[in-house]
Amino acid sequence: MDWINAILQGILLGGLYALFAAGLSLMFGVMRFVNVAHGDFIVISAYGALIVVAATGVHPLWATFVVVPGMALLGYVGQRILLNRTLGEDILPPLLVTFGFSIIIQNVLLEVFSADSQKLQAGWMETASIPINQSISIGVMPLLIFASALIVIAGLQAFFYKTSLGRVLRATSDDQDTVRLMGANNAKIFGYATAIASAVVGIAGVYLAMRTNFDPSVGPARLLFAFEAVIIGGLGNLWGTLAGGIILGVAQAIGAQIDPGFQILAGHLAFLILLVVKPQGLFPKMKG
Amino acid sequence: MSLSYTVQRSTRASQTSMSLTVVILIILIAAPWWAGRAELRLMVEIFYYLALAQMWSLLAGYGGLVSVGQQAFVGLGGYILFALAAFGGVHPIMALVLAGAITALIAMPTALVAFRLQGAYFAIGTWVIAEVFRLSFAQISALGGGSGMSLPASIVKSIASSRAGREHLVYWVALAIAVAAMALVFFLLRSRWGLAMTAIRDSEPASESLGVETYRTKFIVYVMAAGMTGLVGALIFLQKLRISPDAAFSVQDWTALVIFIVVIGGIGTIEGPILGTIIFFILREFASDWGSWYLILLGGIAVAVMLFAPKGLWGLITARYDVHLFPVGRRLIVNEEKSK
Amino acid sequence: MADPVLQTRGLTAHYGDFQALFGIDFEIRQGETVAIIGSNGAGKSTFLRSITGMLNTAGQDIAFLGQPVGGISAHDLVRKGLAMVPEGRKLFPSLTVEENLLIGAYGRSGSEWTLETIYDLFPILAERRHHGGTDLSGGQQQMVAIGRALMSNPKLLLCDEISLGLAPIVIKDIYEAVPKINAHGATMVVVEQDVNQAMAVADRVYCFQEGRVSLTGKPDELTREQISAAYFGLEDGEAA
Repeated sequence: MDWINAILQGILLGGLYALFAAGLSLMFGVMRFVNVAHGDFIVISAYGALIVVAATGVHPLWATFVVVPGMALLGYVGQRILLNRTLGEDILPPLLVTFGFSIIIQNVLLEVFSADSQKLQAGWMETASIPINQSISIGVMPLLIFASALIVIAGLQAFFYKTSLGRVLRATSDDQDTVRLMGANNAKIFGYATAIASAVVGIAGVYLAMRTNFDPSVGPARLLFAFEAVIIGGLGNLWGTLAGGIILGVAQAIGAQIDPGFQILAGHLAFLILLVVKPQGLFPKMKG
Repeated sequence: MSLSYTVQRSTRASQTSMSLTVVILIILIAAPWWAGRAELRLMVEIFYYLALAQMWSLLAGYGGLVSVGQQAFVGLGGYILFALAAFGGVHPIMALVLAGAITALIAMPTALVAFRLQGAYFAIGTWVIAEVFRLSFAQISALGGGSGMSLPASIVKSIASSRAGREHLVYWVALAIAVAAMALVFFLLRSRWGLAMTAIRDSEPASESLGVETYRTKFIVYVMAAGMTGLVGALIFLQKLRISPDAAFSVQDWTALVIFIVVIGGIGTIEGPILGTIIFFILREFASDWGSWYLILLGGIAVAVMLFAPKGLWGLITARYDVHLFPVGRRLIVNEEKSK
Repeated sequence: MADPVLQTRGLTAHYGDFQALFGIDFEIRQGETVAIIGSNGAGKSTFLRSITGMLNTAGQDIAFLGQPVGGISAHDLVRKGLAMVPEGRKLFPSLTVEENLLIGAYGRSGSEWTLETIYDLFPILAERRHHGGTDLSGGQQQMVAIGRALMSNPKLLLCDEISLGLAPIVIKDIYEAVPKINAHGATMVVVEQDVNQAMAVADRVYCFQEGRVSLTGKPDELTREQISAAYFGLEDGEAA
């Protein structure tokens, strides 16, 4: 029973990891760009929620309405002003600039908020659970996060396949040069892509703050989880990313069941094994 | 009129700098007789950062392998030294050399996994691998688990009987490693591997079609850099006499700072990392009391350099004055001659 | 005489230190179809990349619909009414035929062309509308690429090597669409290596050679000798 429970919790945890990963996947898909500071932006969102809650006293979920547009704006402006300058044939500039951001963000957060661990109180949601039988129950919060992940991914999918901007983003992913001949301004398109990815990062950050303790140094680990979910699922496939998140969550839960110190290591090892066995990911994008 | 060509490696500046290098080297070897303890300690630190910077620059600037997981090999080198010395009864200096060699061996299967990922994803993948090592060593209770271990006093004494003797020995080892790291890059770039690596950096598909064995070249560069980085790691913790997973596999200390050094100095040159290391230590002397602000400043400078002068300060200098201290590049000299 | 749609004076282009175009004077008037011919490396594609803004043309004397457009970026030129069918078609592989056409309308103004009128022009595409863009045959892909460019309602349509690699029968089908496109009011520049095809379709011809215009004129006024000299760069007497 313990094992079934662990797997169940792992699946739900995978929803959070999919939320971490969706933004990373989207930015790589459109711009061939890996944001090393991705995890730190999730942590910024968490602190953003902390500020909103501290200032207004509302339930953390309401903070989403401030954090998500705030992150989208930050993402758009940051992409237009800074990151677009780094994009080109050479992979070094975007990697190293965002790696620099990662260190800068962690240390600024450290100066402003100290190294103390924080957590947002979500009230009744934290303890409420739905009993399945005597020994297994599903927490309301993990369920809410998992459902949000489903909604976000379905929403992104609909956006990509049903709207004209979504179509342009897919075309940009295929061929950045030719899409300019369609009247699309790459600099703007990249700004939109980062804005959307950052909005998802905002959601992920609020949930991170509600679900676990966080401090300025936890960003890189979130980047690695997100990265692993993307690679396990296969590049350019958002439902695959969800599957990748779930596999990672389950691997961690099983690891934790063996030994609490083994949780994160088990996730990384599962990722490396899958990387060796299926280097293209479990669900590589089908070329149409 | 006809043209003739001469391929030239050294320039006047580089010939002068070679003689200068010998003089500097002699002065540095004699440092225990003219420098105080604090200075020696600082110079050891300068040497190991210089060696780490050379290795990272070799990987990223020539091999096209951008790693943010070099802390994996620093930590491995350190832990292997401690394990061999504390449990294998190997003399610490011997253990240090072995640590470098064993790290290179471990880097081989590691490369096979990491090379499944390309470009930016390779970078993040190396970070995952470093985390795997950190978390694994935290699980080994014989090595002190998460809290780490100190080198037993009897082993410390076996390095040299007096404290000064130990410090001098560590200093010379550090100097030797820094020189070896630079020599490795220097001779590697002058070899036919150097040409192959430059070709890969400039155009992977093109060099592939010309028959340069990209995968093997990258593999060898990766393993050599890992071995040298492991050697440096062993030295770092031989000086510190204490190791823990968080210190040994610190991304900030062993990769972030090193990247900042190389980016500020100039990627893909031998001179860049030297310049970067000097700037890094000057900044640190002034700003180390600022705590996190110091790292924010350093990161800010590195980002600005990457955005506005991607070849680093050394790149700015060579663009202006055309000096090359270490003659690794081949220069084509076109001689115009009157036809007979 | 009609107003020039596009005009360049002394256009130059460089790739790094290498100069690819040396002062091109070019003009096309409303309703005309102009062909640019020349061998590989003559500068035809570079010329198209320049006038579409894919290469930086800051400070150059280029006029589109009477407005100076030197240095204007590609996406803005599309919005002003310039469209290109790129060499090699360059369809988006993850988009269907219909999505490829729709994306052509992303930055458009006006409503001259719709999915229906494109499907009238190339009926086969209506049948294949839900197929992946790159699942079609070469000729059909070329039709998608032309349709995609037309969806932006261009005043000037540039076609780069649209017959390259296609069977003669397919080329004939595609060129049959040209008069219909003209009838919708689009002026066309056709870059061709196939000289006969170019002569058949064009009102005027420019021949490029080593980055310069080596010959220009109406197809029926040019002799074969003139053309081959301009095309291959042979001096008099060398031709034999």
